[in-house]
Amino acid sequence: MSFAKLTASTLAIAAVSATAAVAQTRNNVQVAGSSTVLPYASIVAEVFGENTDFPTPVVESGGSSAGLARFCEGVGPNTIDIANASRGIRAGEIETCAENGVTDIIEVRIGYDGIVFASQIDGPEFTAFEPSDWFTALAAELPVDGAMVANPNMTWDEVNADLPGAEILAFIPGTKHGTREVFEEQVLLQGCEDTGAMGAMMDMGMDEDAAEGACMAVRTDGLSVDIDGDYTETLARIDANTNGVGVFGLAFYENNTDKLKVSTMGGVAPSTETIASGEYPVSRPLYFYIKAAHIGVIPGLKDYAQFFMADEIAGPNGPLANYGLVADPEIAETQAMIADEVTMGADM
Amino acid sequence: MTDASAASAAAPPAVRKSSLHQLDARTKKRNASEARFKAYGLGAVLIGVAFLVALLYAIISNGTPAFTQTFVTVEVPLEPEAVEAAEASFVKTSAYREIIYTALAERLAEAGIETDMGPEELGQILSSSEAGQMREFVLANPDRVGGTVEFRFFASSRVDGYSKGRVTRESLARDNNLSAAHLDLVDRMEAAGIVERSFNWDFIFGADASDSRPEQAGIGVAMLGSLFMMFVVLFLALPIGVAASIYLEEFAPRNRWTDLIEVNISNLAAVPSIVFGILGLAAFIQFGGLPQSAPLVGGLVLTLMTLPTIIISTRASLQSVPPSIRAAALGVGASKMQSVFHHVLPLAMPGILTGTIIGLAQALGETAPLLLIGMVGYIATNYPDGVASGFLDPNSAMPAQIYEWAKRADPAFYERAWGGIIILLLFLMTMNIVAILLRRRFERRW
Repeated sequence: MSFAKLTASTLAIAAVSATAAVAQTRNNVQVAGSSTVLPYASIVAEVFGENTDFPTPVVESGGSSAGLARFCEGVGPNTIDIANASRGIRAGEIETCAENGVTDIIEVRIGYDGIVFASQIDGPEFTAFEPSDWFTALAAELPVDGAMVANPNMTWDEVNADLPGAEILAFIPGTKHGTREVFEEQVLLQGCEDTGAMGAMMDMGMDEDAAEGACMAVRTDGLSVDIDGDYTETLARIDANTNGVGVFGLAFYENNTDKLKVSTMGGVAPSTETIASGEYPVSRPLYFYIKAAHIGVIPGLKDYAQFFMADEIAGPNGPLANYGLVADPEIAETQAMIADEVTMGADM
Repeated sequence: MTDASAASAAAPPAVRKSSLHQLDARTKKRNASEARFKAYGLGAVLIGVAFLVALLYAIISNGTPAFTQTFVTVEVPLEPEAVEAAEASFVKTSAYREIIYTALAERLAEAGIETDMGPEELGQILSSSEAGQMREFVLANPDRVGGTVEFRFFASSRVDGYSKGRVTRESLARDNNLSAAHLDLVDRMEAAGIVERSFNWDFIFGADASDSRPEQAGIGVAMLGSLFMMFVVLFLALPIGVAASIYLEEFAPRNRWTDLIEVNISNLAAVPSIVFGILGLAAFIQFGGLPQSAPLVGGLVLTLMTLPTIIISTRASLQSVPPSIRAAALGVGASKMQSVFHHVLPLAMPGILTGTIIGLAQALGETAPLLLIGMVGYIATNYPDGVASGFLDPNSAMPAQIYEWAKRADPAFYERAWGGIIILLLFLMTMNIVAILLRRRFERRW
């Protein structure tokens, strides 16, 4: 029957064209990884497409860990060229990469991202926090008279008399986010040390690791809520809860200043200037990782990386800084590193 | 005599003398419960309608602003030296941007609008897409260099939000991207005819834009991605599904194996779509080596998802063809295959088409499997060059694009997500209406 013949030939053509596509190399740069880096990468990709003859690179999100896992799958046009990450690559990930033949990795530090604490604009006056406030409010257990007891604090003024008497309700990034790690280390652990709780725990016979673990353990009685989605979800929760306080990226806050009120941390208001100078205590570096084996194979890969880190783009007056990225003062070294294709093993 | 018999002796006459006009207690109770049930039913319908109305109201009120956009009209002189210098610089668009900012400042002065803002600050009124738009024009029309060209640039998302009532002077108090003074300026520019709001075709036909310029984002490329995926689904799921159903329904022997297959097909229809996504990632991308984010892979995954729907509806419509048709065909000497293809299949065709369209509509609105094969992100940026590139180049799909927009930081993207939903719903409604019309027009009842 002609119908059957037609179907068979359609299938055959589809199969052949699919195989042909696999054989040919791709002509656009493919990027995946951290959702924090995604806005910056998409801004650069767009300007890169406007300014060069290369097609606009494709940027996917999915999280730092997912991006690096895909990055380490192997070498070839079916794997991504660049992984965005909101944390440094881990030793285990480098090993996985090496097992799959991805040995030459170029690490590029884009700049810094500030982590801000914000609440509803018409809500209680949360205008000044200290890391110790957050530790005392969110810790699962606190040391009292030589024993660990479940956190008894229910309102912020129980934590610090200067804070409003609103119920504690914190929306913090879930464990799959790179931001959580920064929050734990730079806020909870810092607060733990500042309040002397860490010392008290070690006096109780905990070793350092156990004490750090106890410092970073977050209460599970519903007063602290893990947000596994994006900042838009945190914003929606804050919108619905007058007493809620949430953790955001600086860039996200700057796009929603009409809904959110930011608080100082350690007496410093977050801004690109205070983060660049290091005064604001909670910030983290953002990275992307280039698969060196793809340079020269995928057209435009090195050009994209160089374009990304050019002074006009990632510098203090570029579009990335406008969006909320804190420019890296050592940008010139990064530029030289990309130009010379210095891989991670080589500079160690 | 016992008490019981005394009581029954006294009561009977009243009970037996029931009339149709005077309802007894039990009938009243039954009627009341029926009235109550009707009220519950009506209440349920009303609640459903109320939800639908609320949903439609939310979609339309949130989504319609996305279809209009504030534009700024500026005449930009294209001086050959300036263009040459811009093309020679590293970031060419920032050089073009300076030309535009100067032209905008001049335009304001010309219209008699005084301001103490510098060109750089004035430029915040414009979308940062302006330079790319100008460079594209210059590259496409080199003969226009030397003259003056009138450009219609997008206004920045906050200026646009101001004209839609989303942004107010108070809300800009702590905003770095625009100030209340800009809004005063915008009011005067509007009066002078430099700024105007009109229908935005770029939203329907344009490509996705980065996080810093929501005003430029459009759903057009993602729409093409969806279209190519629907082609794959149609050309794979329809022949495979129909062939499988015809075999199972007309030719296969009834035994344990076909029973097993039937049960499995019914079960497959109920499998969550995300499962097909992970299967597609493992089978087509990791094992089969097909490219990431390609509509071809998306189409293959959605084919797997749609197949059970098509098989089930095709089998139902084959079953509804009366056996007498088959018997008559066989009786006049047709072979089994002739009876199926000449008589049964044409009669079942309207039902098959309806089922296919419903299956396609379901696939069109599906997002979950696409998350796993890399179709969410900043993907839908380039129009495909041709048919092959349409299937194989990275692209997004309409629902995935809507999901992506809803995630982004700038509230202007949120508005676009609602606008995208309106377009998606229009497509789905059209497909469903076509399905209903086909059924009405061609369906035969026996």
